[in-house]
Amino acid sequence: MRKVILGTIAACIFAGTAVYAEPIADRKAAMKNVGMAMGSLVKMVKEQMDYDPNVALLSFAVMNNASIGITSLFPEGTEMGIDTTAGPKIWEDMAGFNTAMVKFQADTAAAIAAKPADLDAFKAVFGPVAANCAACHKVYRLSQP
Amino acid sequence: MLKALIKLAGIAALLGVAVFWFLTAPNPLPANMLTGIENGDVQNGELVFFAGGCASCHAKLGAKGDEKLLLGGRHPLNTPFGTFYAPNITPHLENGIGSWTGAQFANAMMRGIAPDGSHYYPAFPYTSYARMEIEDIADLWAYMKTLKPVDLSNLEHELPLPFRLRRGLGLWKTLFLHNDPIVEIDENDPQLARGRYLVEGPAHCGACHTPRNLIGGMDKSKWLAGGPAPEGKGSIPNITPHKTGLGPWTLSDIAYSLESGFTPEYDSFGSSMVSVQENMAKLPASDREAIAAYLKVVAAVPTVKP
Repeated sequence: MRKVILGTIAACIFAGTAVYAEPIADRKAAMKNVGMAMGSLVKMVKEQMDYDPNVALLSFAVMNNASIGITSLFPEGTEMGIDTTAGPKIWEDMAGFNTAMVKFQADTAAAIAAKPADLDAFKAVFGPVAANCAACHKVYRLSQP
Repeated sequence: MLKALIKLAGIAALLGVAVFWFLTAPNPLPANMLTGIENGDVQNGELVFFAGGCASCHAKLGAKGDEKLLLGGRHPLNTPFGTFYAPNITPHLENGIGSWTGAQFANAMMRGIAPDGSHYYPAFPYTSYARMEIEDIADLWAYMKTLKPVDLSNLEHELPLPFRLRRGLGLWKTLFLHNDPIVEIDENDPQLARGRYLVEGPAHCGACHTPRNLIGGMDKSKWLAGGPAPEGKGSIPNITPHKTGLGPWTLSDIAYSLESGFTPEYDSFGSSMVSVQENMAKLPASDREAIAAYLKVVAAVPTVKP
């Protein structure tokens, strides 16, 4: 019994640290979600899917949510590992990286606040949000690990 | 006897120098190719400019919007051979190429030869530009002359001694500078021909996407299979149709990624590919489709893990 309890405690601690100690996996998952949200938005821009204001809002919210606190998932010591494509520039210029994420957060918040009712209104807020991807990746991301 | 030997050794050494000098001599374009070089078309020249990605290296690092047309150089390229600084290619008379002739421009682009006859380092992708049509070079030259002069002097490259001797590049050129097509295609398919022209010529995709050998030549057996980044950290993606490359991508996935910067998973390009993609977005859709068609017919090569 004692062994089981100890084992359980050990497993909990391990699981706990595993979640906490995997900032690379966590930030990857967050960015992956942004990509999925982007996929829905692009399908509407390209009119491969009818415009749905709820899908637009939800997608912008997913992006906004991912931007909150994401910079804390790039602590010192996570420059390398599990195929990260984070660029060295993040750690050379953390202030600039933070600014880029604050901008992403502001642009997605503005898109949500605009509540675009139709496709044209949506396209007007989509452009500034989408421009964040390349602008940030150009400086702070590698093409591939 | 000894005197005779010394004499013989001296003659042999002189002969060696002569052979080296002969083999490393610049080999300019034949004059009859250059008859129309000063009569280019500015409008097409602008498209050639974007296809060639000139601004990605010759504009200052991080240039945005109209700054990308200020080609004053000084953009560093950190390579395993040292740091190269892109030169000023604006029409500025002293610091740029404002005093050049069209023939000098064409020889720089297609033969890697400077107006003074010296060799350019292949950090300037003339081994790809060598495959361009002379008409496109003429059009590009006409467009270059319309750009704003920038008064910025060139920086010296930072290279270790053996690489500072440019004459030896003549030997390198005999190995790696030629204009034969790299991939065999169905020559009757105009779309494939256009795609091959763009990828192997002006767009110089292989300059990053093909791994290089020890002396910096492209390893054609791994054409477009990716490899270590020629500068900095990370690696360059495999863009052959292999499953570890663009295998799962459709033709429209490839064309759309060049237009928008988004992959089929709606990840977005990073690093230097962002500025390449911004250039590709300026080309007609038919050119991006031609590039996609070509990328689907090159040999599928597995990614080599570093």
